[in-house]
Amino acid sequence: MRTCAESFDGLILRSMGRDFGDRLLPRGLEITLCDQIFLIGSGTLWNLYFAVLSLSAGFGFAVALAVAKSSPRRWLQRPAGAFIFLFRGSPLFIQFFFFYEALVLLPRAGLDIPLVFTTITVETQWMTRAWAGALVVLFFNTSAYSAEIFHGAIKAIPRGDLEAADAYGMNAFTRFRRVVFPTMLRLAWPSYTNEAIFLLHATALVFFSGFPAWQQMGDALYYARYFADQTFNPFVAYPIAAAYFVAMTLVVVGLFALINRRLNRHLPTEKRGRIRFRPQYIR
Amino acid sequence: MACYLTTATHFAMYRSVLVVLVLLALVAPLALALGFLGALAVRSGNALLRGVGKVYVSMVRGVPDIIFFLFVPFAIDQGVEYLLHHLRCPDWDAPVRQGSDFVVCAAAKMPLATSPAWMHEVWGFALAVIAFALVFGAFAANTLHGAMQAVPRAQMETAEAFGMTPRQAFARVMLPQMWVYALPGLSNLWMILTKATPLLFLLGVRDLIFWARELGGAKTSLFAYPHPDWRVWYFLGVLVFYLALTWVSQKVFDRLMARANRGLATSGGTRPEVAP
Repeated sequence: MRTCAESFDGLILRSMGRDFGDRLLPRGLEITLCDQIFLIGSGTLWNLYFAVLSLSAGFGFAVALAVAKSSPRRWLQRPAGAFIFLFRGSPLFIQFFFFYEALVLLPRAGLDIPLVFTTITVETQWMTRAWAGALVVLFFNTSAYSAEIFHGAIKAIPRGDLEAADAYGMNAFTRFRRVVFPTMLRLAWPSYTNEAIFLLHATALVFFSGFPAWQQMGDALYYARYFADQTFNPFVAYPIAAAYFVAMTLVVVGLFALINRRLNRHLPTEKRGRIRFRPQYIR
Repeated sequence: MACYLTTATHFAMYRSVLVVLVLLALVAPLALALGFLGALAVRSGNALLRGVGKVYVSMVRGVPDIIFFLFVPFAIDQGVEYLLHHLRCPDWDAPVRQGSDFVVCAAAKMPLATSPAWMHEVWGFALAVIAFALVFGAFAANTLHGAMQAVPRAQMETAEAFGMTPRQAFARVMLPQMWVYALPGLSNLWMILTKATPLLFLLGVRDLIFWARELGGAKTSLFAYPHPDWRVWYFLGVLVFYLALTWVSQKVFDRLMARANRGLATSGGTRPEVAP
């Protein structure tokens, strides 16, 4: 039996690769409770990685999509609407599978892109790895969901605000920057909080879909399932993973509530909308 | 090509579409019933019942659903075997949990090792249905509870003033009106449920994803119709199937909403947002 300190040293960074801890994961009867706690904990690094990067990258794209979908111009509105329907109307799980298979089809040697004077070779192999491929899927997915939220918020902006902006003689960009965007963000923030929580939970799907866990580098749920399979006892590993997710969710809720307070700081206290915890759970 | 797509294994794949639809048809009413009970429990005057309802509803919050889908079938499976073990083999003296092994006597296996293969598949499918119904029942309970709260208080007071018993008031006043408030949430839930069905794959049911992976994989010349890796096309098909499903459900829910709005003093036109 290993001591807790040994498990901590060997496993706390194991999800980053074999060089960061034990080469072999604990197996069968030698698994201790500390092993489970620390290895699953190290898996949460991947959940955080996927959630933070896809959310922060997706935010900008989502705003662009939302603006395009609210635009009166057909050629902007239609593609944005189609993109949003495509990613909101189909299960994330299938999207993972589909994109993985599509990325595998990219030529192994790399893509040759002929430019006028020279040819550049783009390496495509790394796209099939979970850290890149799954990130792309999550990025598209959260962009579509957030865009729908932002689109709803844009529709809910009081008409008078926009008319006031026009009356001041603001051009379209200034109006967006000073009126539409801040109001949209304020209105959308409670729903966007739920989207963030929801995305965090969705990161648990990555290693259950097409993307293989290379060198046993996986997320919290991957390790939880590993332990449940090894010990034939789901009553320890899954609750540990669940506890980690609850903790991460609480952190997200706290952070977003802080931002919400800042967004609404000009309003009297009783008018500030409280964020209601209402994630959608499955995409 | 047309011949190839109509082989026996392909028909197994088309049947798995039915599996998905059957799952939806079974889970939706079960979850609705569970949700109704849950909502009633949360509203009940009995503190114990209220506690049970609240624990049930909040149980699924904050934890990714997929953990439930992995955990619940496993737990039910072991729980049933444990109970059967004590019922059918009372004179078995070895402990059930031996280290990391879960050992029950042969008569307590669920299903019995001697039963045919389809029994195993039905058992796996039933476990999946129970897991889905439990999780979505909690969501539905949340929605229905909110809808019951949203029925204007004055309506219930009027019913009481007419001398209706609480039961009558519930059945005649609250029940018909709550659907307007519940439908947007329920349609949302339905969309989520349809999109959760691919998780069946994780529970070991041979569903669409299983077949798409199986049939799409590269076929060597050992097979009658060798072809390279076609999985991406199979998954494209699955993707389109789900998109069509959400599209149709959206239309149906729009109809239902129009129907539920009939004869109610709501603004009707201000339809709450329905997310696919």
